Amino acid sequence: MKNSLKYSGMASLLVLGFAFSACDDDDNTMTPVVTYEQEDQMARPAINTVFVSSGEKDAFNTTTPANQGAAFASKFKDKLLALNAGYTTNLLGLDATAFTGVLATDVLTVSLTGATTFYDGTNVLTGRKLDDDVITVELILLFGGPDATSNPGLTDDHVDANDKSFMTTFPYLATPH
Amino acid sequence: MRLKFNLKTLGLASIAVVACAASYLIAADHIDAPAVTGTGSDITDFYAFQSPSNANNMVFVVNVQGLLAPAATAAADFDEEVMVEINIDNSSTKDNLEDLVIQAVFDGGKMKVYGPSSPVEKGLTSTLLSTTPVEVNITAYGDSPVVGEGSGLKVFAGPRDDPFFFDLNQYKAIIGGTATSFNNPGTDAFAGTNVLSVVVEVPKSMLGTGSVNAWATSNRKM
Repeated sequence: MKNSLKYSGMASLLVLGFAFSACDDDDNTMTPVVTYEQEDQMARPAINTVFVSSGEKDAFNTTTPANQGAAFASKFKDKLLALNAGYTTNLLGLDATAFTGVLATDVLTVSLTGATTFYDGTNVLTGRKLDDDVITVELILLFGGPDATSNPGLTDDHVDANDKSFMTTFPYLATPH
Repeated sequence: MRLKFNLKTLGLASIAVVACAASYLIAADHIDAPAVTGTGSDITDFYAFQSPSNANNMVFVVNVQGLLAPAATAAADFDEEVMVEINIDNSSTKDNLEDLVIQAVFDGGKMKVYGPSSPVEKGLTSTLLSTTPVEVNITAYGDSPVVGEGSGLKVFAGPRDDPFFFDLNQYKAIIGGTATSFNNPGTDAFAGTNVLSVVVEVPKSMLGTGSVNAWATSNRKM
């Protein structure tokens, strides 16, 4: 009687042990599971700052990119037309619906095979370098119209570079002030 | 001006590419939302570029806690309750779900960087990976950069100059209706300010092929 209890006890321990290792996959030491909840999110510069209304900025930060388009694209379009009532298309040929549809899913496309830049005269949206003048590019796309000539006072902030030079070696960013 | 003309020459050929990939718009992400403003989880900018020192590598930069005055920088610290995460969608369909994550956490003056590896779960909750992290001492204000290396990665954490530049105040004046155009020259509202930077250099071969979609998140311990 005792023996059989002992054996069945061992058997269930083995089952338990197996269950643990199946979940934990490398060992049975109880590595604490540390879980985090998302608070801020960004990819392209200034999307939340410019396109999201003040009451929804936290909500935008806690909506996954896969869900942002459905939740925010039409609101982005309203905002675009509020900023530039005369918007027709931009230099990329995107009308308001197409442009804001792209913007609302806030991810940065990054090329693994070539130049990585927001815009360098040839490549568009293949990454973001430290010295890319991202704001002027965005202003042109927002206000410049189909040939970048509309609203000339709004398409360049005339701050073209950082106040410190970047480094050519890791970690690349300039020393702090 | 150079930018405008160059953009113009881009013309129609790029539209198809951009319609699939595109992006854009204004003051990076500093103090973007009430829940994160003034906290250790406020991301200011995200960069992704080919390493200037090794074309086989990609560099990711996530900056947090922007607009630090020099006098406030020595006392600024990474929040040990906050994980900085770089999310990478390398699927062929670009479904904008993270297939790989790189996670940075801060503890006792060190940063530990996990991944790139498949996340435990996708979405708004992130569980710390169980891979072996690459560690580095957080560089103190005024010190030379301390670089951590391991598993093919280079990692850095510490205060740097904010690389972002923008005449934010004139933009606000325009939006607010008190100005009608930018000034020439403009005034960089971010000049003279610092951020806390996380920099990770990683072999491209660990990320996928072709192109990926990437985004940065900050995540607070539950």
